[in-house]
Amino acid sequence: MKRTALALFSALAFASSAAHAVEYTQVQADKSQIRFGYQQMGVSMDGTFGQFTSQLRFDPAAPETAAATIEVALASIDTGSEEGDEEAARKTWFNTKDFPTARFESTAVKALGGNKYEVAGKLTIKGTTQNVVVPATFTPQGTTGVFDGTLTIKRGDFSIGEGAWKAFDIVANDVVIKFLITAAAK
Amino acid sequence: MPAHYTPTAKTLHWVIAMLIFGMLGLGFYMTGLDLSPTKLQIYSWHKWVGVTVFMLVVVRLAWRVTHRPPALPSHMAPIERLAAHAGHHLLYVLMFAIPLTGWLMSSAKGFQTVWFGVLPIPDLLAKDKALGDLLQTVHLGLNLLLIAILLAHVGAALKHHFFDKDDVLTRMLPRRRA
Repeated sequence: MKRTALALFSALAFASSAAHAVEYTQVQADKSQIRFGYQQMGVSMDGTFGQFTSQLRFDPAAPETAAATIEVALASIDTGSEEGDEEAARKTWFNTKDFPTARFESTAVKALGGNKYEVAGKLTIKGTTQNVVVPATFTPQGTTGVFDGTLTIKRGDFSIGEGAWKAFDIVANDVVIKFLITAAAK
Repeated sequence: MPAHYTPTAKTLHWVIAMLIFGMLGLGFYMTGLDLSPTKLQIYSWHKWVGVTVFMLVVVRLAWRVTHRPPALPSHMAPIERLAAHAGHHLLYVLMFAIPLTGWLMSSAKGFQTVWFGVLPIPDLLAKDKALGDLLQTVHLGLNLLLIAILLAHVGAALKHHFFDKDDVLTRMLPRRRA
């Protein structure tokens, strides 16, 4: 009788722990950040995008079921100067009038072991879509988890910086984008 | 045999003078430009030359402190001597302070200087928009003062040469070998 009760109890405990999957879905905008870095005539420059929305579904026990989309309001750019911010909105750069948002939509998530992942997805900026793979880490912090991803893109691929800015001698081609997304578990 | 400035002092004087002349022109021109790749290039060149001038001025100050220049001509009245000394001291202060305020301004505005694209110059200040704008005003103000003092400096040199007919100007010129 005791053994059966014990077996039943263990089975129940096991079943409930398997059913109780931790899913991170509540993105905390105030604890999230999108930064970018680039070279300007050999000098490292950086900036941020202040406004973005993010949808996330991530269960560390089942990473291949994860999905993420990030939509960035490009007009919220902070290049470090007003002059730069105004320039970035122009047609030769982001053309925020015709293309106000940049969008990342994940297509597959692969666990690499430890807390490392590879998030494959489509990145759309200024009407051009590219397949990208973002290496990311996930660090649980109590009831929240922090996703840290770094992606290097070539601005030339998206026609960001046209005309006089097309050459890469003043503003380099490589732009490093860092996503830091904090999400609470349901 | 009238005393001349040392060849080192002369070289520093004329090289720095030419650089300052160029920098004043470049500085006033570049701030009026719309943002473009050319503008960024000109700003970089202005900062690179500025760093160079600053280093030359440090050398020049060290030379001046260790090498007494020729005495002022005896015909000069005390008030004239005072004006001469004050003007020269002010020039040294401005030649040091102007590139320094440029450096501080660039740091405060978040634009690090990498000398000729190879040597990173440390940012002395953290990024601070209000401070950056203030330093910009200071940099401009000091440059306007420099222009005024330079006009007086050049005017005085010409006055000594053409009116007093003394050797104040010629002793800063390259000495003709007999």
